[in-house]
Amino acid sequence: MIELKNINKTFKVARRNSGFSEAAKSFFRRDYELIQALKDITFTIKEGEMVGYIGPNGAGKSSTIKIMSGILTQDSGECIVNGRIPWKERISHVSEIGVVFGQRSQLWWDVPVIDSFELIKDIYKIPPKTYRVNLDELISLLNIGEVIKTPARQLSLGQRTRCEIAASLLHNPKILFLDEPTIGLDAVSKIAVREFIKTTNQRHNTTVILTTHDMQDIEALTERIILIGKGQILLDGALTELKKRYSDKKTITVEYTGNKFTLDEGMTCLEQLKGHAKFVLDTNILSVSKAISEISRQVEVLDISISGATAEEMVVSLYEEYKI
Amino acid sequence: MRLYLKYLSIHLKSQMQYKTSFLLTLLGQFWSSFAMFLGIYFMFSRFQSVEGYTYSQVLLCFAIVLMAFSLAECLVRGFDTFSVIISNGEFDRIMVRPRNEMFQVLASKVELSRLGRLIQATIILLYALPSSGIVWTFPKILTLILMVFGGIAVFSGLFVVYASLCFFTIEGLEFINIFTDGGREFGRYPFSIYGNNVLKFFTFIVPLALFQYYPFLYLIGKVTNPLYMLTPILCFFFLLPCYFLWRLGVSHYKSTGS
Repeated sequence: MIELKNINKTFKVARRNSGFSEAAKSFFRRDYELIQALKDITFTIKEGEMVGYIGPNGAGKSSTIKIMSGILTQDSGECIVNGRIPWKERISHVSEIGVVFGQRSQLWWDVPVIDSFELIKDIYKIPPKTYRVNLDELISLLNIGEVIKTPARQLSLGQRTRCEIAASLLHNPKILFLDEPTIGLDAVSKIAVREFIKTTNQRHNTTVILTTHDMQDIEALTERIILIGKGQILLDGALTELKKRYSDKKTITVEYTGNKFTLDEGMTCLEQLKGHAKFVLDTNILSVSKAISEISRQVEVLDISISGATAEEMVVSLYEEYKI
Repeated sequence: MRLYLKYLSIHLKSQMQYKTSFLLTLLGQFWSSFAMFLGIYFMFSRFQSVEGYTYSQVLLCFAIVLMAFSLAECLVRGFDTFSVIISNGEFDRIMVRPRNEMFQVLASKVELSRLGRLIQATIILLYALPSSGIVWTFPKILTLILMVFGGIAVFSGLFVVYASLCFFTIEGLEFINIFTDGGREFGRYPFSIYGNNVLKFFTFIVPLALFQYYPFLYLIGKVTNPLYMLTPILCFFFLLPCYFLWRLGVSHYKSTGS
């Protein structure tokens, strides 16, 4: 479905120091710096897969998405999506993909959303029947029946995001690129959007590629994650696999009375206040039961909770591990 | 074409959301070109003729240029404001839609308030048509139409050049305005009054004179060679290099993604 082989991409970035004289100087002669945005990116995504594409800001996530969606061309390497080279056959390629940029709108600002949908129908040459069916489905799943009669500028962010997602699915795309779809949404809208993405994937076997900083998105949606940092793929694997790798680490939160207790070997302190402590336990060094008995020997435990690694913590430790 | 009309109806609906702003811009456009008209009026209240052109002849020339410019600006406004489309990332959206990029930019903006200028141009034209003393035979009417369309072509081409340069600079380059807005301002008078060098420049480099000066000579009967009548057709060839520059710009965008 999607095949990327040894993709490289460099950007030329103009650099100058601050100050007026520097600005004036750069008007005549600019110093450029070459920045390698993508280094040897290789991965394959099968039809119907949901993949979380994660990495810190500036890691190259958007550049990869842009190459896959035909906006950018790579310097070297091969990118084949749906059997096509995106930038070469842009028009036939993009009619089979849907793209949601979380921070940018594709709706016409001043007219009711339904007008935008109608125009998108004509842009994508969607047959009227298909359009009707898709629209009805999207309206009921995303609960936007009333919302679409309002001009886009008067919608709340949550309503607008749901409309944006609907707009990019009207033409039955085989692949859906979601660039931070849940950014800035409240908890309820986030869950609604996630549920919807899941349903679409199951019903239409849509391939979904999701970039996000929200690890709950990843946890709720994707089975596979690809981690990119400084333009390189650092990790590509199943989320459960990764979790297993970190399952020997437990986060323990304790509420207690008495003085601070001392941490044994195998416990890494996250925070310790009077009466409250949070630490990570490495079960290879110290078992959970031993740790608990050790703590209760020192202080009076009021409350204790033990949790496995969340995706959030895994990513933090991954970032640390790869120094990105 | 049907899709363009759809876009047009969206723009119409959008602009009607802001009725007052729309009307004020319309009025503003009207009065700003009215000032240009006053310029001509006062000039001729001092002098009987400029380089052998009479008052109503110059008005005719002015009306044609203004009409071509306002139509071009109204229709090709998307290219005129292209630096915005590039810098706010809207061009990425254009790239992921299955339609020609040029068409989408063209349809992305239709500025109906620019019709204020068109109204002005029409009024002046209606005045100048009978008073210029031209006998309106069929070839003369054809010439007039060709002049307007040739003008739309050249101004549109200039807007496209302006937009294409945005691919390389991100910011718009204001110097192109010398040819678009400037062309409109200079174009009040036949280009020959600015001297031979200016005329050559506007013939061979930026072919504004091809739809203004040469056919105008035929129109007012200074020359009778019918070839002069057809020079506006050459303006359409100006669109070719503009188009190639645009293609170059798009491919540059693809490789830098700025």
